[in-house]
Amino acid sequence: MVSVIDIINVGLFAAAIRMATPVAYASLGGIFSERAGVVNVGLEGMMLMGAFSGVLTSYYTGNPWLGVGGAILVGGALGLLHAVLTVKFGGNQIVSGTGINLFALGFTAYMSQTIWGSRGASKSVQGLGEISFSPLKGIPLIGDALNTMLSYKPLVYVMFVVVVLSYIVLFKTPLGLRIRAVGEHPAAADTAGINVYRTKYICLVLCGMLAGLGGVFLSLSNLSLFVLGMTGGRGFIALAAMILGGWKPLGALAASLLFGFTDALQMRLQSLGILPAQIILAIPYILTVIVLAGFVRKRIPPSDYKPYLKE
Amino acid sequence: MSYRKFGSTVRRLLLGAWSILWAGLRGAIPQAIAIFAAFLVGAIVLLATGHSPIDAYGTVLVGAFGDSYHIGQTLTQATPIIFTSLAFLFAFKCGLFNIGAEGQLLIGGFAAAAIGISFAGLPVYIHLPLALAAGAGGGALWGLIPGVLKAKLDAHEVITTMMLSYVALYVTSYMVNYPFKEPGSWVAQTVFVVPSAELPRILPPTQLSGSIVVALVMVSLIAYVLERTTLGYEVRAIGLNPSAARSGGINVRRGMILALVISGALAGLGGAGEILGVHRRFIDGFSPGYGWDGLAVALIGGLNPFGVVLASILFGALRSGGMEMNRALGVPLDVVFLIQALVVLFVAAPRLIRYLLKRGGYKW
Repeated sequence: MVSVIDIINVGLFAAAIRMATPVAYASLGGIFSERAGVVNVGLEGMMLMGAFSGVLTSYYTGNPWLGVGGAILVGGALGLLHAVLTVKFGGNQIVSGTGINLFALGFTAYMSQTIWGSRGASKSVQGLGEISFSPLKGIPLIGDALNTMLSYKPLVYVMFVVVVLSYIVLFKTPLGLRIRAVGEHPAAADTAGINVYRTKYICLVLCGMLAGLGGVFLSLSNLSLFVLGMTGGRGFIALAAMILGGWKPLGALAASLLFGFTDALQMRLQSLGILPAQIILAIPYILTVIVLAGFVRKRIPPSDYKPYLKE
Repeated sequence: MSYRKFGSTVRRLLLGAWSILWAGLRGAIPQAIAIFAAFLVGAIVLLATGHSPIDAYGTVLVGAFGDSYHIGQTLTQATPIIFTSLAFLFAFKCGLFNIGAEGQLLIGGFAAAAIGISFAGLPVYIHLPLALAAGAGGGALWGLIPGVLKAKLDAHEVITTMMLSYVALYVTSYMVNYPFKEPGSWVAQTVFVVPSAELPRILPPTQLSGSIVVALVMVSLIAYVLERTTLGYEVRAIGLNPSAARSGGINVRRGMILALVISGALAGLGGAGEILGVHRRFIDGFSPGYGWDGLAVALIGGLNPFGVVLASILFGALRSGGMEMNRALGVPLDVVFLIQALVVLFVAAPRLIRYLLKRGGYKW
């Protein structure tokens, strides 16, 4: 007989935070993009390319931190591509995003075979270490639990910092005000002397960088290798988290944690053979549809995503 | 119908088809350039990784169209994409982005399989249409949900269709892993459908099935509906300007729901065709992303029903020819998916192509 303690314990919450981290990074990216008035369904592809380039860099340099840098760079480059296509040339945002997703899938699979000779997975590379709180284990009763709850790979801590920074930038600084103005009313922002194009470029590059970070967390923090299609729809879950969180960093973090929790729970229940994984895996998507329909609380996108072309 | 009336109807239909075809040809210039540019970038990638692009592309071409067997395989690969791109196109004409064709295809495929594996003993002329109708119905249901949510509650269809795609993925995966799983099998799949529900293979030994006939009928039907019926007129009017359509007395909400329902039905029919014609059973994960290809192909086909057929054949040819290239030369198959993605990226921004042409000194 499986007891509740086997399923719901400190380890579950720690796993939930680990699962939430890549989603939270990408959904923060999505917030910057959408606040500036650009839909980014290409988050999935940007994450995948981040995951791949992180492993590639670590493979050639042996330094996982350079891998993180590589992932940020490549993610940013894809953000720039999305910006050039949709902002400068007024292309369709959804088509461009879909193109980025298809590109990432094809490119990583092709390169993985060319470099490692295997379509499915790369060779193992140097991954990121974990920050340990093992001295806390000495504390009676709660020591072990504290250690489990506090010990993560560095990018988990960075994520919480980035959430707070994003909140401050978006809602407490002139730059944030400009970003939101550009998203909500580009013509008015233009009249007020804000450089609409530059603001959108900044946001999209930032978005790509954050998605790249989310991707490299999957490859260098979790597994230390690249696996074909390893993002597995997390880019779309990130979009869901962004909507659920009302296009706000703290809200997106809360939604990511919720999804991380369902993901961690799903894995446990599956390994114990209690509930089919598919049922739980579908929950975030169903929840998003319900929320978007306004059955819980109406969520209205901060912009109408029309390309803004200057005369 | 008198002979003369029949003749004039045929003439009108032919004229209509020609006008659509001509408009498509004229509008195909940016698509042609996008395809060319994508192959060019693909060639650079091939060169950079030590493969000869001429050999690779040559093998793709021969592998796609070299003989009747390869042509059959190319058309087999193109068939589901014709359905999903037609699905995307129809909703798009109404100004709606149905990017959930993948989910509609899966639900349709599963519904067709569910009917196909039951009702043994029914005659073919009842069982097969019933299974196909179930496929269309399943897809239509998966289009109805985002349609109603869009029309009544203003929930953005891009996100709802995308999310429902994943729901469909997990729902069908659950179904074939548990209640509908073939007993004793290690693979998540249903049992084979009853022969009376099978779509006949029309070019053995290839897997080309009657599904392509259904697809081509649908292409003509959708072209006719869009150009020559009230429904098509309303759908296009809503797509061009919803508020003007509303002032003009068109029921915009009803039109949007109908557009997504029909769009979903088309994708669902495509799923049914794959199940009843190619696999003859529902296998978990049988679609390698036909829904996403549909979006790409609809745009490459210039959002024209006949252009979509050509673009689907291009994608089918890349896939089947790519397999041949992989077998013969050892070049990873994924380079063809990379080329497809590049076409999408170039098509995404027609202004980019115009800009490049201008930089190159051409006026267009």
